[in-house]
Amino acid sequence: MSTLMESTRELVQRLQSGETAVSLTQSCLNAITSRDAAIHAFVRPIADGALADAASVDGRRQAGETLSPIAGIPIALKDNICTQGVATTCSSRMLEDFIPPYDAHVVTRLREAGAIIIGKTNLDEFAMGSSTENSAIGPTRNPWNTAHAPGGSSGGSAAAVAAQFAPLALGSDTGGSIRQPASFCGVVGLKPTYGRVSRYGLVAYASSLDQIGPFARDVEGAALLFDVIAGHDERDSTSVNRPVPKCWDTVNQPLTGLRVGVAKEHFGAGLDTEVEAATRKAIEVYRSLGATIVDLSLPHSKYAIAVYYLIACSEASSNLARYDGVHYGHRAEKFSNMIDMYKASRAEGFGAEVKRRVMLGTYALSSGYYDAYYLKALKVRRLIRNDFDAAFEKVDVILSPTSPMPAFKVGEMSDDPLKMYLADIYTISANLAGLPGISVPAGMSSSGLPIGLQLLAAPFEEERLLRAARMFENATDWSRRSPELNH
Amino acid sequence: MANYTTIIGLEVHVQLLTNTKLFCSCPNRFNPDNPNVQTCPVCLGLPGALPVLNREAFKLSLKTAMALNLELARFTKWDRKQYYYPDLPKGYQTSQFDLPFSSKGYVEFDMPSGELKRVRLIRAHLEEDAGKNIHDESGRGADSQVDLNRAGTPLLEIVSEPDIRSAEEARLYLEEMRLLLLTIGVSDCNMQEGSLRCDANVNLHIHENGETIPTPIVEIKNLNSFRFLEAAIEYEVKRQLGQWEKERKRLGDVDAPKTTRGYDPDRGVTVLQRGKEGAADYRYFPCPDLVPVVVSEEELAAIRATLVEFPSARRRRYCDQLGLSAYDAQVIVNQGNEFAAYYDAVVAICGDGKLAANWTTQDVLRQTNDRRETLAQFPVTAEILGTLLSKVAKNELTIKAARDVFAALLAEADEEKPISKERIDAIVTEKGLATISDTGAIDAVINAVVARNEKAAADVRAGKQQALGPLVGQVMKELKGADAKVVRQMLIDKLSS
Ligand SMILES: [Zn+2]
Repeated sequence: MSTLMESTRELVQRLQSGETAVSLTQSCLNAITSRDAAIHAFVRPIADGALADAASVDGRRQAGETLSPIAGIPIALKDNICTQGVATTCSSRMLEDFIPPYDAHVVTRLREAGAIIIGKTNLDEFAMGSSTENSAIGPTRNPWNTAHAPGGSSGGSAAAVAAQFAPLALGSDTGGSIRQPASFCGVVGLKPTYGRVSRYGLVAYASSLDQIGPFARDVEGAALLFDVIAGHDERDSTSVNRPVPKCWDTVNQPLTGLRVGVAKEHFGAGLDTEVEAATRKAIEVYRSLGATIVDLSLPHSKYAIAVYYLIACSEASSNLARYDGVHYGHRAEKFSNMIDMYKASRAEGFGAEVKRRVMLGTYALSSGYYDAYYLKALKVRRLIRNDFDAAFEKVDVILSPTSPMPAFKVGEMSDDPLKMYLADIYTISANLAGLPGISVPAGMSSSGLPIGLQLLAAPFEEERLLRAARMFENATDWSRRSPELNH
Repeated sequence: MANYTTIIGLEVHVQLLTNTKLFCSCPNRFNPDNPNVQTCPVCLGLPGALPVLNREAFKLSLKTAMALNLELARFTKWDRKQYYYPDLPKGYQTSQFDLPFSSKGYVEFDMPSGELKRVRLIRAHLEEDAGKNIHDESGRGADSQVDLNRAGTPLLEIVSEPDIRSAEEARLYLEEMRLLLLTIGVSDCNMQEGSLRCDANVNLHIHENGETIPTPIVEIKNLNSFRFLEAAIEYEVKRQLGQWEKERKRLGDVDAPKTTRGYDPDRGVTVLQRGKEGAADYRYFPCPDLVPVVVSEEELAAIRATLVEFPSARRRRYCDQLGLSAYDAQVIVNQGNEFAAYYDAVVAICGDGKLAANWTTQDVLRQTNDRRETLAQFPVTAEILGTLLSKVAKNELTIKAARDVFAALLAEADEEKPISKERIDAIVTEKGLATISDTGAIDAVINAVVARNEKAAADVRAGKQQALGPLVGQVMKELKGADAKVVRQMLIDKLSS
């Protein structure tokens, strides 16, 4: 049995009562070496650095220092989070040689807390996608069934936790890129409130939507990692300066009088029957735990996907303009003049999905189209937020499926980007409204694939969200299931 | 030749004098000899780096807007202006598009005719400067290079209405703008280093058969001296007039788009650059990495409290309260804040604005020019000059004697002797320059001179005024340091009694 089968709290206790970070890290590295060829969760493990960091944590612990509960725990980072001296590629040919001269804010926080950074994980190029197939280094596979995709864009991080390569991982969520792969891979994924976690050092896809968040085997793990990365950072103007609760300490306290909202819009056409059944069951679990179930409507949610693709692509077209081959990143070898250098470098450096979104965004921001597309999308975004503000006056959390379906097969959707975009139908609104959201395992399909349950809460209510999710987790055993691992 | 009016609008770019750049903490310094040393992940546009507004730059912008009579927005935001160029590392310039922090102001200045000219301002907004492309000028075709030391420098763009009517007016406008910016201390306005530069939009209104026909607008880019600004516009007006007579193209004709030209100072001509506006779509949109700025009344009040007297107000004060001519007021104020402050300090001690104006605009200016000294280096401080002139004002010294003291002070300074206001009395004594106010002593000399010059005295008595001069001269020569006016009056009194 793998060393990572236990709960996060048991893992923390093991480290606090004698198991060394070096041995834990080594066992993770061994697992990666023996099994990641089949999964391809990692762009690159960081073996030497991880072992050195682990030894240093062990030294501090032996010297009697009081360490953060996360100290010594290996963690995998999505490869769009900058790590000083270690290539950060965004799974793009454009940045295949890019070595950041600085750590992202979350990486600094992790290092200070003694977490062990064990490697960089695969993603859809520049976080654009829902399957981790749009990667310059090839797709990641779902550990539950390698014919299936792990979801995306943080598919590498989700798969790394599901495959027990690392007990914890960080991803980024722009339209569901943490929650959807968490649901596909049967792990817990938390997207914090926009502004809760500094984006400094997160390679931008869509700045007004991007947020870094944790993956873990259980809700406690997500709480542990959230505590470390959350909080104000003056280097990110959009990071919010307000106190961060200690979720690790409170996550096991059940909420009394919990009001769970269920929106009719979350049970529409295209929802897989097994996913729907699992979600309905989850409602009953909450009812049995004493929660009140409240029916809701989120009337503008039907516009969420259209609004999302306008805003995200517009911002992406601007954020990715810096990859021009002039200062860093891929530069074409053959070009005849400056304009040609830009064209050739970008044509060679970016994959098809990135080009598609850059073109969409460039079009939406063009003179003559701006008002009809971008400006209108901003207005509808406001209406979507208003829907949620009204809803959260009546309920504490909103419950829904995370994804309308369990993990699809690798290649199944690659020819149909619009169908792929619909995989994010339940997750996107939280990004548009800036809300925290979590996906927890809530069932298995008849074909043996995990099903995820999504809970959303009002802005900065992560503590309540985590406690509500933990109540469900404790009442069920879905989080304790693992895929069969081929050793 | 056609009857026409020249129509000019200026876009002035001013680098603000902050310690650090607009959105990162790199030093804001002109440093062309060490390229790319003042850079960081933010101003290099590295992936994941984020901008944070330098509030000091924003404060200097507000201060400038106050000096330019601009209305201040309480809510302002940042937009991305997107285009590809190697000196623009992010592929966009962070600027302000539809909600600039200020709009609708004006600048006033005196024309040589004495007429007060007002140029209205459309807006002023804050943005980041780009880096600099460095091309191989040897003609050997080596790769171009990019220096990003300048990238992210806070840059204020001040856009005027097309209210300017001649190349000279354009120069006077820019000079007044520079004076204003220097006075409030927001920029060093060093045009050679590019901290003050401007683009001129120029076209003509042709008056023909009772009709006014605007010609296509030409933007002359990047004019970095007053001389080039004036020369470029003068050239452009002539060129456009010739074009009009040849092609008769009007503003708005489909085959006559707005064009961009550069000024070639070696040949004294403007040269067509790339086609503009029609083709460029900057795809402005709000920068999602920066939060909008909300300006509070307290903040505005705090900035207002730091404002010094603006040049126009100072000129008015000199004319209204100190009795200076408009010309003298202009000369003093246009020398800049340091000079006007020197003048103010002299007036404060001697109490005579006109006297102080004569001395500062003539003696002090001449001497600092001849000696190639700044006012700070000039040995005769405002305190010394003020003390010297107060003696003139009190009739203790004649103008001539004061000039002698002034010269003596400078001579001593040249010998590296320390000089101070105390040296004035000593020099006066040593050289016997004091005005003789003892009328008894003057009287005695007058009597002696009259006695020796009976003929001249008789002529004066007979009404021949021209005979008075030589008598005054003789008395003055014997007395040294007597006030000629007093001597003259005493002689008249004596000879008419
Ligand atoms: Zn910088």
